[in-house]
Amino acid sequence: MSTRSGLDPHAGSSRTASSPGTRRVDFGRRVLVLRRRKVAVRLDWRAVIVCAVLALAIACMAVLALMTGSYQLSPGEVISALTGGTTGLAHDIVVEWRLPRVAAALVFGAALGVSGAVFQSTMRNPLADPYIIGFSQGSYTGALIVILLVNGTYWQLAGGALIGGTAAAVAVYLLAYQRGVQGFRLIVVGIGISAMLGSLNTWLILKADLDKAMAAAAWGAGSLNGVSSAQVTFGAACVAVLLVLAGMSSRQMRQLELGDDAAAAQGVRVSATRLRLIVLGVALTATVTAVSGPIAFISLLAPQIGRRLTRAAGITLAPAALVGALLCLTADYIAQHIAPTPLPVGIITVMLGGGYLGWLLITEARRHL
Amino acid sequence: MSTHTSAVDDLSAAGDASRSTPSPSGSRLHVESATLGYDKRVISRELSVEIPDESFTVIVGPNACGKSTLLRGLSRLLKPSAGQVVLDGADINSFKTKEVARRVGLLPQSSIAPEGITVGDLVARGRYPHQGFIRQWTEADEQAVLRAMDQTSVTELSGRLVDELSGGQRQRVWVAMALAQHTSIMLLDEPTTFLDITHQIELMELFTDLHHVGHTLVAVLHDLNHAARYATHLIAMKDGRVVAEGSPAEIVTADLVQEVFGLRCLVVPDPVAGTPSVVPLGRERPPAAPKTETT
Repeated sequence: MSTRSGLDPHAGSSRTASSPGTRRVDFGRRVLVLRRRKVAVRLDWRAVIVCAVLALAIACMAVLALMTGSYQLSPGEVISALTGGTTGLAHDIVVEWRLPRVAAALVFGAALGVSGAVFQSTMRNPLADPYIIGFSQGSYTGALIVILLVNGTYWQLAGGALIGGTAAAVAVYLLAYQRGVQGFRLIVVGIGISAMLGSLNTWLILKADLDKAMAAAAWGAGSLNGVSSAQVTFGAACVAVLLVLAGMSSRQMRQLELGDDAAAAQGVRVSATRLRLIVLGVALTATVTAVSGPIAFISLLAPQIGRRLTRAAGITLAPAALVGALLCLTADYIAQHIAPTPLPVGIITVMLGGGYLGWLLITEARRHL
Repeated sequence: MSTHTSAVDDLSAAGDASRSTPSPSGSRLHVESATLGYDKRVISRELSVEIPDESFTVIVGPNACGKSTLLRGLSRLLKPSAGQVVLDGADINSFKTKEVARRVGLLPQSSIAPEGITVGDLVARGRYPHQGFIRQWTEADEQAVLRAMDQTSVTELSGRLVDELSGGQRQRVWVAMALAQHTSIMLLDEPTTFLDITHQIELMELFTDLHHVGHTLVAVLHDLNHAARYATHLIAMKDGRVVAEGSPAEIVTADLVQEVFGLRCLVVPDPVAGTPSVVPLGRERPPAAPKTETT
């Protein structure tokens, strides 16, 4: 390794010989620079291509999911139904029956991917995830209380899950707070609170009647069965707003990855930014959970897969969103059509996540042993 | 704030309007009877310090004397519980955070390089305070990054992964990132601590170069001899107070070192630079009676 000996004593004062404007920074990777009027952005070519391929894969997967069912359709029929070309049965099947579920998988998958990305970036830990820090068990507790004690309607169930999850997340945040919040402490406190709520949940289910317990267990697995178009529209609107807000915070998020002091020295308001990002991450997950129950592991997997595909430095939002959408869509397709009996999508994502964790343990062990 | 291609120009043209409004005391950055500390634990009370403009100021003192705390105060990372830190004639906490970041840069004691980041990408992140949501990578940004990498001699490493670099190279990359921020005042928190002696000297020479092109530098250093050789203005601290300040030639004496560090020493002229050089006396021992038994 060549460490250049000493410095030219006048290195600092001498102006570079080459004329400015012609030289370009070597980023070690191809970049796409767009400068027009007030806009000046730099994109990574590889990330652009990866995102385009992912978008294409999502489109194909969505068409496949809209085709498949007890009444098979051709890709052409699906597309003409979507574009309003056909009416009648094909239109009803695609738009009325299958589209809400496909749209839900897509939007919620993207939401979970971004939620995980925000958490992993702010905690600087690839295992950080809104479910790991207590949201999942908290929302389950909330839902259980609604199902078992109130026997509530769907919207009461969603509200219960939302309140339970948010309460758990706030409790974790406050317990981990000590002159600001550090990632590691938040994760450890989150795991502790999750374990406590998990045993509470088990106790609640054991005390319940069989049919209620079964309903609760089905909800707890996370499913897109019977998601109505009203629910999807509401969920998608919330997710859209939250994704825009997350996108607007992405530059601050990227600076925070350099460490609190470096970020603060560059003009990032560290505590406020971190709190905003955590709230956005929890809100995204909360929206999904309220509609479909907790769909585990997509938020954990999507950012890491996205990062490996783009080979980006740190966590980026767009690939995480697209990988999340593709994962959720695929997992729901498998759950509906490939599994021997239709399953909740959450079961499939748990299996994916288990595989990922196993792989992570093996590679990390290889690296460190 | 608009950034023009002036990024390649001298710092005097850096566009901080601040320069036209010097503070009455003649120092752009100073501390006025500030109380600095963490939570309830006070480190410094009623501390007043001036950073002379265009100086290479070095703060020295024993561990826990409050030197890093002072630097955190100067960089706005730490808000005084009483008194104020004044930047360009106004309380530093009255500025927007990004505005402070366009005037005062900081090389923190430890920063994190995201996994898989290249040198060019990391240095480019120093442009954050000059960028906006739709103006993320202007020509001025590009030129400022190139210049920062030239100044720190990391241009050739630009496409390499930061993880692959040696400690000395990596520290120069962090300096480049702080330079890309294009501030005329730069604060350096123990910049040489984890480096071997060759890289320490290399870095100190780099700072001297930056000082010569017009940067005001404030560094916290452990090594008294480095401080005495490279500083134009020295601040010695103990127990949260400033014990002495002035040019190294004026203030570095055996008495001062005894008072501040509790170390008995000789101060002799550095044979190379002529600056004061501190030679510790250690325990008194007979000069020619080496012990033979194992210790």
